[in-house]
Amino acid sequence: MSRRIPFHEQVVTPPEVVERFGDLHPPFDRQAAIPEANRCLFCFDAPCTSACPTHIDVPRFIKKIVSGNLTGSARTILDANILGASCARACPVDVLCEGACVMHRYNKQPIEIARLQRFAMDSFYERGVPLPFEPGADTGFSVALIGAGPASLGCAAELRRRGIRAELYDARPLPGGLNTYGVAEYKLPLVESLREIAMLSQLGVEFHFDAMIDAVALDEIERKCDAIFLGVGLGAIHKLGITGESLPGVTNALDLIAGYKSGQCTGVPLRVVVIGAGNTAIDAAIASVRLGALEVTMVYRRGPEQMSAFSFEYEHARNEGVKFIWHAQPLNIREDHAGLSLELLRLVATEDGSLVAEANSEFFLATDMIVLSIGQSTHTSFLAESGKVAKVRLEHGRIIVDRATGQTTNPKYFAGGDCTNGGREVVDAVADGKRAGIGIAAWLEAQHAKA
Amino acid sequence: MRKLNPTLETTFCGIPCLNPFWLASAPPTNCGEQIMRAFDAGWGGAVWKTIGAPITNVSSRYSSIDWEGRRMMGFNNIELISDRPTETNLQEIAEVKRRYPKHVVIASLMVESKREAWHEMVKRAEGAGADGLELNFGCPHGMSERGMGSAVGQVPEYCEQITSWVKEQARTPVIVKLTPNISDIRISARAAKRGGADALSAINTINSITGIDLDTFQPNPNVDGKSSHGGYCGPAVKPIALNMVQQIQADPTSALPLSGIGGIGSWRDTAEFILLGCATVQVCTAVMHYGYRIVEDMQDGLLAWMSEKGFASVDDFRGLSLANVREWKQLNLNYQIVARIHEDRCIGCQLCYTACWDGAHQCIHLDRTESKRNTTRTPAMVEAEATQRISTTPIPKLDSGSVVHSSAITPLERIPRVDEHHCVGCNLCSLVCPVEDCITMERIENELPFESWEERCAKGMVPPGTEEVVSTNT
Repeated sequence: MSRRIPFHEQVVTPPEVVERFGDLHPPFDRQAAIPEANRCLFCFDAPCTSACPTHIDVPRFIKKIVSGNLTGSARTILDANILGASCARACPVDVLCEGACVMHRYNKQPIEIARLQRFAMDSFYERGVPLPFEPGADTGFSVALIGAGPASLGCAAELRRRGIRAELYDARPLPGGLNTYGVAEYKLPLVESLREIAMLSQLGVEFHFDAMIDAVALDEIERKCDAIFLGVGLGAIHKLGITGESLPGVTNALDLIAGYKSGQCTGVPLRVVVIGAGNTAIDAAIASVRLGALEVTMVYRRGPEQMSAFSFEYEHARNEGVKFIWHAQPLNIREDHAGLSLELLRLVATEDGSLVAEANSEFFLATDMIVLSIGQSTHTSFLAESGKVAKVRLEHGRIIVDRATGQTTNPKYFAGGDCTNGGREVVDAVADGKRAGIGIAAWLEAQHAKA
Repeated sequence: MRKLNPTLETTFCGIPCLNPFWLASAPPTNCGEQIMRAFDAGWGGAVWKTIGAPITNVSSRYSSIDWEGRRMMGFNNIELISDRPTETNLQEIAEVKRRYPKHVVIASLMVESKREAWHEMVKRAEGAGADGLELNFGCPHGMSERGMGSAVGQVPEYCEQITSWVKEQARTPVIVKLTPNISDIRISARAAKRGGADALSAINTINSITGIDLDTFQPNPNVDGKSSHGGYCGPAVKPIALNMVQQIQADPTSALPLSGIGGIGSWRDTAEFILLGCATVQVCTAVMHYGYRIVEDMQDGLLAWMSEKGFASVDDFRGLSLANVREWKQLNLNYQIVARIHEDRCIGCQLCYTACWDGAHQCIHLDRTESKRNTTRTPAMVEAEATQRISTTPIPKLDSGSVVHSSAITPLERIPRVDEHHCVGCNLCSLVCPVEDCITMERIENELPFESWEERCAKGMVPPGTEEVVSTNT
């Protein structure tokens, strides 16, 4: 059941986190937003809209800022992307809308779409007006959504707008998944994610928190509802499989980020090593700097060309003073009187791209904390009781879906987000959820028509 | 090549001018102190803010139209003529002329429509040392309600009568300032000429209401909750002014030395007014916006352009474009141009596409990557297809091997194609295109000789009853 106290009022971000994790991209005020909005050319079939996984009609919401129709601007955003406020802050726009802006092609700055989107959404919140959509007339259908992250929220919004009951189950005490617990606070504060979900709850979404769904519980849910949406994301961060990984000074990026965002961790030791070079690893490294570490080092098996972090994230980490050790493989972790000692081995890339160890190249890195960030495993065990066939078909741990409808190989099951796409962005999860919500409604209607 | 040292010096109906840049009769010429600062900045002349019957002004007085973030694209005022005592103005004219003998000071006058009153005022203004007189027959607000300003300019008989009264007394050149708030400005111009005017100035401001406040429902400028129609000027009115200037100068019964007014703020604007036959120009709004200092580039830019074009003085190009303005019926019906989109410059905004489909002739298409030409796919179909596209955030680790799209290169499918067989050569696509020289209008050599509607009519080649071209230029 939805709780009486709005989600964002149930948490208090520690003042030291608020202070150290200020906005990476400060918001526009009206005086800045309007000239920027005026620069937009109002492209037809705009490339920014195309590049956005949720296809927000970018020129339309921008021109509404110019005309002073701010409610209409927010409605345009929310109509395409119910998490439009989060996405305005968390999206890697350099590779999405802003990367596609035609302005790049004649030596002009791309339109600052993300900041304009945030301006429209902030103005909307400031006015405290209700969500500009009503739930649809009750159809009698009921859908259970496993996980309450961006994919399920995107799906639930579409279902509710079509009069379909949406019940969300999540293992955590608050909704939002990685949007709430996993995005760097200087991009998207935890309370902002929760505020957005509180607004979306106006559509009559029902939440079940602290609800870990196992195979038995899934069977029970399946009996009660007309369709199921799987938006469970990925599982735990991979282990390195070396000795010392269970020492108290060793943690993983997701726990570190969730920890400081939820106020359980307000500081880190002076020396931190982050293993991995993806976007989450960067977030963890920068968080360590902000949380008080004086020496933050990222260790990666390959070189900077192969790192999976976006180049602007790499740039950001370097600007925050993060150091990098390339072509190094962790061998073991030991604890001594001075802290932790990470033994590393130098690797050399061969011509075919494979990595080979450099003989006698072992070296030690002294540190106080080690953060693992080498990718997440999948979370699919609940899809089958032990020994039985999974309810939906998987491939490399990913749930196989029809991309247009989100339907899995089991017609009653739909899925979206990281558990289907291998781990992309919030906006991809919302887009998956949105397509699945529309897909579920169409499937239910077709089933009903047959019956 | 001989190095050309062009000069801006000119004469205006016998008055020697250091340059053709004058300040129009308006707030920038309210007092001697202002005008002397303007002369120091480089203005060659000033038309004093109209001297005449005592008035009282209101507050507020000005309002404006902004456009896409630019302030004051159009400007409106309900301020009346000078609110200072006539004697003060005349003393200051004398002072300015004593200190700046080479600069032009024109006294703008407006008094009640009585012969003696005009004689008296002309005598006093000339006595103060004014180089010429401008008769304000154009002020569209306040004064017109008292039978002055545009109330005179709109009635040709009054215009002619008062001009002739002034000429009975005047020893200096008499300039009549015309109102645009009339169906054909040539009618007032002819009346002024019949009355003996030595010169004209045009245009005065255009009747306007600039806008309504959507919270109070009150128009601007707001005077205690109410407003009144004002006079519109600024960049927005330049095309209207240019047309009226051309109408006057192309009509032998109207044409006189002309001081051009209306939206002028740069040397480019100045050159255009002179090309249509103006001898000097008058500026107000641009100075109210940016100050007297704008005249520096007006001089500098005009001289550079004159050097480049080989003009030694403004007389060398004055009126050059008049021959290029014709009646519609005299235009070449066989001149054919089509739009060409230069792919290497196209940024893929597709503004030309939507403009051609919704605002022109449906001859720009998005079919470059299709196997055959498709002229039946509508914008709505294109938009519907777009909503079906599935896009994802490119993640290097997950998308290895996929083609990385460079934002610096326009994908071929986004570059529109012009169907040249159906293109009517209207220019719209090239006007909406944000990129310079991306869409050019190119002549199609059709081997057809010049032929106008007039000629076709003369040859009996048009259906009966269609010979008369509806035109405002008759």
